[in-house]
Amino acid sequence: MDFTLSKEHEMARQLFKDFAEKEVKPLAQEIDEQHRFPRETVDKLAKYGFLGIPVEKEFEGQGCDPLTYAMCVEEMSKVCGTTGVIVSAHTSLCVDPIQTYGTPEQKAKYLPDLASGRKLGAFGLTEPGAGTDAQGQQTKAVFDAEANEWVLNGSKCFITNGKEADVYIIIAVTGKVEKRGRVQKEISAFIVEKGTPGFSFGTKENKMGICASSTYELIFTDCRIPADALLGAKGKGFGIAMHTLDGGRIGIAAQALGLAEGALETTINYVKERKQFGRTISAFQNTQFQLADMATKVEAAKLLVYKAAMKKAEYKKNPKTSYSVEAAMAKLYAAEVAMEVTTKCVQLHGGYGYIKEYDVERMMRDAKITEIYEGTSEVQRMVISANILA
Amino acid sequence: MKIVVCIKQVPDTKGGVKFNPDGTLDRGAMLAIMNPDDKAGLEAALRIKDATGAEVTVLTMGLPKAADVLREAIAMGADKGILVTDRVLGGADTWATSTTIAGAIRNIDYDLIITGRQAIDGDTAQVGPQIAEHLGIPVISYAEDIKIDGDKVVVKRQYDDRYHMVEAKMPCLITALAELNDPRYMTPGGIFDACAAEITTWGRADLKDVDDANLGLKGSPTKIAKASDKVRKGAGEKVVPDSPEDAVEYIVSKLSEKHVI
Repeated sequence: MDFTLSKEHEMARQLFKDFAEKEVKPLAQEIDEQHRFPRETVDKLAKYGFLGIPVEKEFEGQGCDPLTYAMCVEEMSKVCGTTGVIVSAHTSLCVDPIQTYGTPEQKAKYLPDLASGRKLGAFGLTEPGAGTDAQGQQTKAVFDAEANEWVLNGSKCFITNGKEADVYIIIAVTGKVEKRGRVQKEISAFIVEKGTPGFSFGTKENKMGICASSTYELIFTDCRIPADALLGAKGKGFGIAMHTLDGGRIGIAAQALGLAEGALETTINYVKERKQFGRTISAFQNTQFQLADMATKVEAAKLLVYKAAMKKAEYKKNPKTSYSVEAAMAKLYAAEVAMEVTTKCVQLHGGYGYIKEYDVERMMRDAKITEIYEGTSEVQRMVISANILA
Repeated sequence: MKIVVCIKQVPDTKGGVKFNPDGTLDRGAMLAIMNPDDKAGLEAALRIKDATGAEVTVLTMGLPKAADVLREAIAMGADKGILVTDRVLGGADTWATSTTIAGAIRNIDYDLIITGRQAIDGDTAQVGPQIAEHLGIPVISYAEDIKIDGDKVVVKRQYDDRYHMVEAKMPCLITALAELNDPRYMTPGGIFDACAAEITTWGRADLKDVDDANLGLKGSPTKIAKASDKVRKGAGEKVVPDSPEDAVEYIVSKLSEKHVI
């Protein structure tokens, strides 16, 4: 077992770090305050291939592994949690399911535009009444055989990249099935394009953190999509959604890791400069011990995130491999570490940490969502415990 | 069209320069980067490649680890990398370095050679023009802008208070300034390709038409007595006098205050 990063990964990390410092960090505070989606950053991410990192080159992707992708989300999130989640939602929740479940025609139609960043992706599973209970879906898709079209009705909420995306993976109920004597909803997945008549946007959410991320309600009113917009087999939508979220959790875990690392780095610099009682606050043992604990937890989170990403790479070679538990552990731990570390970093900054001018204030608000979206920490515990008790 | 870009791996001097007790640079204590002027030269070559489909070869002389900057250049879009490395070439000053690089370039078919103006670890600005001299081709230094016009290059050359527009027939050599452009980033896929790419490695035996007396430490006439970090100039004082008379009066008073007059 080797914990040393390969030359490729070292170079990729340096690239992401340089890019984040020069292109992302200068905007982080402004876009947070203005709740403004950073389109100019997305264009730059697209230009350098950051929106298609784990996609095959034949589809205009970069042909890199999931670890490289996770490191990209991590480095962006070190300076801006919003930019991290834009990359993550696009790649993990829209590009990945098309890569995994798309027909050759669907891949050829969507992947080049998505991987090159000419188009942005999003994913709609959550509904007002179906959060953690994903089976509670109300959005319906009815097949109109005469027109050879699906007709979508319903709404999705809290959708990341909401109004800014061009291609959406939408989960909807397509009928009823009997499983072990119980009648259950049959759930399917679809690819829906922006601009389709009957597809509109509702409320823009006003959030605590990741304020520049575009979070919208999606509304479908007799929205007609072609028969071949079905992603994967009819009735397999729940499995597709769950598998997609397994991958998404690695992205969010990387975002959480980046936020924790970013807050810690900022705080290390701060405590070496800030003086109280005639010496820098880094000279106090309380500060030193807190930093030591935080650095240790961040390192542990990093190992879990990287392990999950490497397990996903194994899955790509052998689809029988599952990375569900590794992804759940990485997300659970990294998210809780992000919340703990950013909160303590605000504390070490004292009053300044509560002021918006200081990055740790934003990082603490951004960190909270990592414990909630793409499966709450409680859901991760359900996934992990179900596996160990099976 | 074929372009050779000469690049150098240098210690990053952004956070200040670190010295060994004997006065030489402590390279181990500083991050190794691609020299900024060279990176601008590479970007200029890559833009010509984007526009014309030119082939870009990057060449460096240094320790085996200098291959890292070649890989970085390939990850940015260069086609091939050549590393010139050999124990007998170590300790070279600008004369021995330019002799070595010219000896390597004689093996390559080229239309244009681009080098950086100077490296941030030595600041001599001598190697580029010396390579041109060894190869007997024209040199245009301090390029702020480069345009290709048929078999000629048209270069905007920076001077202290003006610029010159200089034209030269290819093959020729241009030395580039960091101000020339904003170099592109690598791409993730480019990095993976660059790490898998084969780097051509040449030693003393591969150099063409060079004399051992002009190579390595023995072939270096320069002896460094002492090295020091640059003394940074202060921002100075800005005054906006109301009239030329006031300006003269102010300057005279300052000069007499300093006992210059």
